[in-house]
Amino acid sequence: MRAIDVRQIVKRFGNFTAVNGISFEVDEGEIFGLLGPNGAGKSTLIRMLTTLLPPTGGTALVNGFDVVKQANDVRRSIGVIPQAMTSDLELSIEENLIIYAKLYGVPRAKRGRLIRELLESVELWQWKDKQVRNLSGGMRRRVEIARGLVHEPSIFFLDEPTTGLDPVSRTAVWDMLRRIKSTRDLTVLITTHYMDEADKLCDRIAIVDHGQLVALDAPVKLKASIPGKNILEVSFSEAPPDWKVRVDAMPHVESVEATDNIFRIASDNGPATTLALMAAAQAAGVTVHSLSVQSTTLDDVFVHYTGRALRDAVQEASVTDSPLMLRRG
Amino acid sequence: MPRVWAIVEREMRRFRRSPFLIIVSLVFPLVQLIVLGYAMGGTVKHLKVGVVDQDHGLPAVRIRELAGAVAAGANTYDIVQYADPGAALDDLRNGRINGVLTIPPEFSRKVLTKNEPRVALIQDNTDNFVSASLVGNLGSLVAVFNEPATPVRTAGKVALDVVEVYPYVPYIQYLLPGSISMSIFMMVMVGGGIIYIDDKARGLHEGYLVTPITKLELIAGFNISGTIKAVMSGLTITVIGSLVAGIPDPLDPFRLAQLLVVIVFVAFSLISLMFLIMVRVTDPLMPRAIFGVLNTLLYFPSGAVYPTQGFPTWMQYLSAVNPFTYAVHAFKSLLLKNTPMTAIAGDLAYLFVFSIVAMSAATLLFKRTL
Ligand SMILES: Nc1ncnc2c1ncn2[C@@H]1O[C@H](COP(=O)(O)OP(=O)(O)O)[C@@H](O)[C@H]1O
Ligand SMILES: [Mg+2]
Repeated sequence: MRAIDVRQIVKRFGNFTAVNGISFEVDEGEIFGLLGPNGAGKSTLIRMLTTLLPPTGGTALVNGFDVVKQANDVRRSIGVIPQAMTSDLELSIEENLIIYAKLYGVPRAKRGRLIRELLESVELWQWKDKQVRNLSGGMRRRVEIARGLVHEPSIFFLDEPTTGLDPVSRTAVWDMLRRIKSTRDLTVLITTHYMDEADKLCDRIAIVDHGQLVALDAPVKLKASIPGKNILEVSFSEAPPDWKVRVDAMPHVESVEATDNIFRIASDNGPATTLALMAAAQAAGVTVHSLSVQSTTLDDVFVHYTGRALRDAVQEASVTDSPLMLRRG
Repeated sequence: MPRVWAIVEREMRRFRRSPFLIIVSLVFPLVQLIVLGYAMGGTVKHLKVGVVDQDHGLPAVRIRELAGAVAAGANTYDIVQYADPGAALDDLRNGRINGVLTIPPEFSRKVLTKNEPRVALIQDNTDNFVSASLVGNLGSLVAVFNEPATPVRTAGKVALDVVEVYPYVPYIQYLLPGSISMSIFMMVMVGGGIIYIDDKARGLHEGYLVTPITKLELIAGFNISGTIKAVMSGLTITVIGSLVAGIPDPLDPFRLAQLLVVIVFVAFSLISLMFLIMVRVTDPLMPRAIFGVLNTLLYFPSGAVYPTQGFPTWMQYLSAVNPFTYAVHAFKSLLLKNTPMTAIAGDLAYLFVFSIVAMSAATLLFKRTL
């Protein structure tokens, strides 16, 4: 049985289609990433999978249960961290977890031990009596991670758990997630718009844009699937006028973009192209100021499939990302 | 059922840690009780009445003497003598005096010839309370003037004997039932309206909705906790307000128990009303925006500050459906008249039916999805 099985799922808000016929499957034990800019439909998709929104069309099975017809069975078997920070600010860390343990009907005998284990694994046990109000954003997220697991779910949904956190807290959140996952049977579905995170953490990634699935595979395979395995960024002093044409003709070069004397060269063999370039520059008396060779990133993958850079797309603000999000509905 | 208590527990913990909210919702009805109680309903005293005597005959002197006697005794008004009617009218227009009593020339002659003698009261009628008081006082002064020295009641004249069933009720005590209802409403508004929508907007409810809690458990959790908060507030103001207003035997345990029953009914009916209004609202500004309007619509047409019999017809309809009206009536019966519960059975029945209707409608409108 697949942990998650999404079939042609659709969500419309009035005339607007937020999720447009997405299908994918997630295996048990996988960390599956949904990657896409704001407004791509990631939260809407997660909300349908976690029974918060009824789909307009299509179906989804979570743990083998239909998200519409067997909503309660789905709820019992999943843990969810919504995009907004939803921990109770006035309550202490431990109280937050206790309330949720009760809402999930965790037996009293197990409750204390589970809560302690979880708070220790997110390194908050020593702060358990502190009001959440007084915690940093990263610590609040960790409270929510512990809270989402308090009933030992087999699938964990996290909607942009690291958005808005500083780089150190982001790393801490990921480390903890990985550690928690290594000690239990857990399938994780996580959304993010940080490429580097998705790259390092996810077993497989689905790239979502404008409500549609544009690519789905393991990060390595996604990167291998697009032309240009390496990007060379080179800056020259006074390149001759026909320089661009000459670079384009060098071995393994797939495309060249030039602005002033800075060249961006896509190559399917970085080292070979670099050697040829340096030799040609020396022969022509052109000085190389700087040279860097990068492997393809998920950014390049995103550009390839959507025609625009993710870091630009992320800037397109979405109303649903305000902390006081108004949910119509 | 344990899930309901988890919601209630959470709400009560959140509530305890918001002392500012608690204080504001208790202080407001108390301040209103004390300020309104002393600002209104007192007897008007020391109004200034100018007297212009243009006659100077014996009957005119008698009028002036009577006026002087009232001024010295009841202090309702003070007399200022004017020789010049123009000066008196100027002072009236400029607000230095409240009325001018004019004894016209020929007054004495008309009294003696029984030719319809008149005195005139020219008054500043921009203030209803002041002018009603002046007209009343000077009217009885004229009546005294007309009476023979030793009044003989002819057998045919009817006299009205007024028997007061209850001890004199100062205005502050009259206001107390409204203030208790108000304190319950305040807590319903803050604890049940504002906090509810804020939590919803913050996404807290989204967290509840992914747990296996049912729709009815959620609704019960929110409304039981809201009712508990409102009852605590109502009970507090009942005790403090009774002490402040000087209700006899304020801590009589039997009556407090009866009052508690009414408070629970009122709290639940107002929570039901609030839940119905807020069930589909998502904007945190909404409860704040309707607060004042709702407060006015419930409080003033309820008979809390002015008898409902004085309302125009449309407002009497409003008053008839307003749960506040029944709340005020029930509190008034218990606090001011010490009636048994049977006297307020009708109020409790209305509040019960109102709660059931509002809560059923809200339950139908409540969605267990976003
Ligand atoms: N309740 C709603 N009503 C109308 N439009 C909505 C609603 N929720 C989301 N949307 C719209 O659907 C699109 C996808 O939103 P969302 O799923 O939040 O994207 P993401 O999580 O990828 O940033 C956005 O354009 C958003 O404005
Ligand atoms: Mg989102």
